[in-house]
Amino acid sequence: MNKIISSASAGTLESSDVYIEVEPSENNEVSVESVVLKQFGDSIVKTAESVLDELDIKNAKVHIIDKGALDCVIRARLETALRRAEKENK
Amino acid sequence: MNKVVNSIREAIKLAGLKDGMTISFHHHLRNGDYVLNMVMAEIADMGIKDLTVNASSLFDIHAPLLDHIKNKVVTKLLTDYMSAGIGHSISMGIMDTPVEFRSHGGRPADIELGRTPIDVAFIAAPTSDTMGNCTGKYGKSACGSLGYAFPDAMNAKKVVVITDNLVDYPLIDYSIPEIYIDYVVKVDEIGNPAGIVSGTTKITRDPVGLAMAQMAAKVIKSSGLLKDGFSFQTGAGGATLAAAKFLKEIMIKENIKGSYGLGGITGYMVDMLNEGCFEALLDVQCFDLKAVESIRTNPKHQEVSATHYAGPNAKSAAVDSLDVVLLGATEIDTDFNVNVNTDSNGYIMGGSGGHSDTAAGAKLAMIIAPLSRSRLPIVTDRVNCISTPGRTIDVLVTQKGVAVNPANKELKQRLVDAAIPVKDIHELKAIAESITGVPQKLKKGDKEVAKVIYRDGTLLDTIYNVPVM
Repeated sequence: MNKIISSASAGTLESSDVYIEVEPSENNEVSVESVVLKQFGDSIVKTAESVLDELDIKNAKVHIIDKGALDCVIRARLETALRRAEKENK
Repeated sequence: MNKVVNSIREAIKLAGLKDGMTISFHHHLRNGDYVLNMVMAEIADMGIKDLTVNASSLFDIHAPLLDHIKNKVVTKLLTDYMSAGIGHSISMGIMDTPVEFRSHGGRPADIELGRTPIDVAFIAAPTSDTMGNCTGKYGKSACGSLGYAFPDAMNAKKVVVITDNLVDYPLIDYSIPEIYIDYVVKVDEIGNPAGIVSGTTKITRDPVGLAMAQMAAKVIKSSGLLKDGFSFQTGAGGATLAAAKFLKEIMIKENIKGSYGLGGITGYMVDMLNEGCFEALLDVQCFDLKAVESIRTNPKHQEVSATHYAGPNAKSAAVDSLDVVLLGATEIDTDFNVNVNTDSNGYIMGGSGGHSDTAAGAKLAMIIAPLSRSRLPIVTDRVNCISTPGRTIDVLVTQKGVAVNPANKELKQRLVDAAIPVKDIHELKAIAESITGVPQKLKKGDKEVAKVIYRDGTLLDTIYNVPVM
């Protein structure tokens, strides 16, 4: 199991991008704000959970602010944020 | 005879405005308009209730109208377009009676045919003389054309001109003549010039927008319509303007002399006129300062009334002679129906304006739209609201290919022959969904908040409230 030990973020609030913040927590928790929440809200949560699974992380609080990013962008931004959070903040 | 009265309040009194009547406004001052708010504030203060407001368009500056709706001063709205700020509240279901959307041609038709009679019309006039000969071409609040105000002035029982530039009689270069005007009111300011016209309308620099625009120009070139006598209308959106720029380059290079440009007019259409692409501009509304300057000084740039622009009841209207119109869409479905009334979450944020009129009139009605916006595919099985019926749309241009309405076989063949990437509209939908994923369907509420009435008077669609999640 991989652990995140600090808070970190990735992405931007530009249209078609996503801004993701992560911080250590007891369990994985995912919350989503999105301009396409009604159309893709469930899908975004599912994507985030699958990224957490793939990276074998079980202690991340993930907050996603989505401006209509494609699935691959959400994956990349989340993975980046989590990798950053595996290291100490400097 | 003296038509000049001291205040808006006095004009409202003299016009005999009472509970339950209909008043009207036009929208040439756009998001800089002070007149609707000034008039409504007086009416509310006078205690008049239960009015129908027939406004050719409503902008966010008209937000005080929402309070007048809550206070039952206004109980019904008729309009052709409603910006997102007003539309959002309407979509929450604040009115008991659904809003009626008409097109820029359907509105004057229903006024003239007596289906939507007006008791008192208020004309925001950048310049008026003391008898009400008025125009939008001059004055500090100059807006150019007053096209949409003509049917109101000509058919309302009482007509009040409100101006911030009162001049001596007679104003020679008038748009609307005194014969229709009952009262004239001078106020300090009818609007904020910064909101009335934009300095310059900018062409898109977005590569996707430019790719679509280039494709659109190529479609026009290959349609067989681009020859001497060509007539054209385009919207003021970034991609449609870019298409106009590419079209201009083709017309100049091939020395094609068009007949007229139509519509809401921007500086780009003025450039096309000045560079010999058209013989004339027919102008129902000016979008920027260059257009205002042109309509004031160039006799080839002519003001037209809303009826002359697009009236389905007119013996002929300018849209009926149109070759090509370039239009936008928030959504288009596999039957080519177009939505420009609601956004991707179902909130009202627009309206037909001249969309459905020009689509019906033009020989080639083109939609330019990216394959997806903010992860939402542009092509759907069924649009959330039909603003323009698919039978009047000929072609959809996206950055990944062009879909031709199957009813227009000749066009399809011409585009295929020109090596334009023609695809079935279902295929464009599939390409988009392969990139974005398949969106979940929106849930509609159960309260009718607006009806979309087609230019022939039939009901096109009904818009429901957006339920709170």
